[in-house]
Amino acid sequence: MSNHVKYRIGKSTGFQALTIVLATSCVIPLVAILMYIIKAGITKINWNFLTNVEKPVGEIGGGIAHALMGSILVIFFASLIAIPIGILCGIFLSENKKSRLAYWSRLSVDILQGVPSIVIGIVAYIWLVKPFGYSAWSGSIALSIMMLPIIIRSTEETLKMLPDTLREAAFALGMPFHRVILKVIVPCGISGILSGVMLSVARIAGETAPLLFTAFGYQFFSTNMNKPMETLPHLIFKYAITPYKDWQDLAWGASCILLIWVLLLNILTKLITRRWKVQL
Amino acid sequence: METSVENELITRNDISLRVITSEKIRDIVKGIKRVKRSHRQIRAENVFRRTLVIIGLAMVVLVVGIMLTLIVQSIPSLKALGIGYLWGQTWDPVRDVYGALPFLAGTLLTSFLALALSIPFSFAVAIFLGEYYPKGWLANLLKNTVELIAAVPSVIYGFWGLAVLVPIVRSMEASIGIPSIGYGIFTSSLILAVMVIPYAASLGRSMIQMVPSNLKEAAYSLGATRWEVIRSVILPYTRSGLFAGVLLSLGRALGETMAVTMVIGNTPLMPKNIFSTGNTMASVIANELGEADKMVYNSALIELGLVLFLVTVVINMIGKKVISRFTNE
Repeated sequence: MSNHVKYRIGKSTGFQALTIVLATSCVIPLVAILMYIIKAGITKINWNFLTNVEKPVGEIGGGIAHALMGSILVIFFASLIAIPIGILCGIFLSENKKSRLAYWSRLSVDILQGVPSIVIGIVAYIWLVKPFGYSAWSGSIALSIMMLPIIIRSTEETLKMLPDTLREAAFALGMPFHRVILKVIVPCGISGILSGVMLSVARIAGETAPLLFTAFGYQFFSTNMNKPMETLPHLIFKYAITPYKDWQDLAWGASCILLIWVLLLNILTKLITRRWKVQL
Repeated sequence: METSVENELITRNDISLRVITSEKIRDIVKGIKRVKRSHRQIRAENVFRRTLVIIGLAMVVLVVGIMLTLIVQSIPSLKALGIGYLWGQTWDPVRDVYGALPFLAGTLLTSFLALALSIPFSFAVAIFLGEYYPKGWLANLLKNTVELIAAVPSVIYGFWGLAVLVPIVRSMEASIGIPSIGYGIFTSSLILAVMVIPYAASLGRSMIQMVPSNLKEAAYSLGATRWEVIRSVILPYTRSGLFAGVLLSLGRALGETMAVTMVIGNTPLMPKNIFSTGNTMASVIANELGEADKMVYNSALIELGLVLFLVTVVINMIGKKVISRFTNE
């Protein structure tokens, strides 16, 4: 083998090694973050932590119950708004592939997907907080706007993949349009739609920026959607930037819970999509 | 002939006349009911179709509404400060002096530095998963892990950066003999670099997998090594796709708020170098919008949001265009 060929092969192997090293090192930060958060957070979680609300600095026994409840409520109402609208819009886009309105609608969804979360927060602030004051509703609506593009995209992509024969068979039986969609097409693509919904919930569960000046934060337990409300990510932000050790410990515990929650949702979504692909 | 046909008709009529009984009448009534029901179904169908159209339209209205709201709310600041606002160097709400250049500089510095740091890694992941190991458990593991990087909430990245990265950067700064703060542009870029890896990586991977195998095989049959195939077939073929992935990453980095806010130091001054503290557009909005009570102050912050919105929209649109052109080819 001539030296030149040896050099070329060596270069190729070297590049392959470099690629492998660089690619696998991407895992390091994620593993480091996971390990650190879980190590720092898991010891802070106990019964008081889960059931108590904020206590002044120095007083022991503070908890995050108000933020847990707030997060669940805000996310629940955001989903309640976004899921029906998102699925219907996804159906519209998959049923009208060529129409002019569908083109503009699709473009809007694309734009919405790229809009930074802080901008959504500003808009919710202008629309809802300036006239009505801080409220959990404004936070829910901001988050629902962020959920929409994910749900719409996944619904559209799923329904597009269904064979046309399915739809034609249903029409041939004389079913009206809405029954074809709701009783045949949507049930067939339900796992794809569901995974989109879960992905969107996972994405907004950790969003802080749109909540900074909408749901705002509150130090007491509250279920009133018309009043400000504490949420888990906002609580982490608030406590993390304080110099008090007690509050930072609470933030570690809250981070641990939030991280586990979000990762579980993501992994669950992965499993659903995998199972669905096998079925196809 | 004619008469026989007539006769036949008559006899048919006779028969039909003869069979009109109560059963037949019931059938006719049923038929009318069916017509009524199908009217109702048609109406339901129309309502459903109309709902779909309205919701499709609502998306357009929502996005146009967001843009108009931002523009209208920026008018007070546009009137009071003019276009010079964007390159004014001082930001002092107490004295009513507003200049956005420190934030523009901070955003651009952090984003491009993060991009430069993340590109080697995200392209390595794309080549690794697209070309070297497209299948197998190792590839699956890496793919899912890299996707999980995008799933971690940004406030958690920020908190981790605050607790782990800031002290590391501080000691590093001390060892090379510059003011050791720990917070600043460099720390933010490190966090951002980790956060944007998945976007360029996953797009790049799918683009690399779309390279036709006959192109690669032709190169191999000419005696090319793996690296030569990657460099002279795969990379040129997927150039535009990789570029689009980088654009999507850039869009993410520009708009990222929480993680940056927590580690950048939040000083409204022009950054002197990459280790100094600064502020980005997104983080100044996050810090100050809630307490901006003065009309112009509030509006100036919203104008920053408008700039952010327009920039990310343009970047994402170019990215999407590039992707769709690539996939259509």
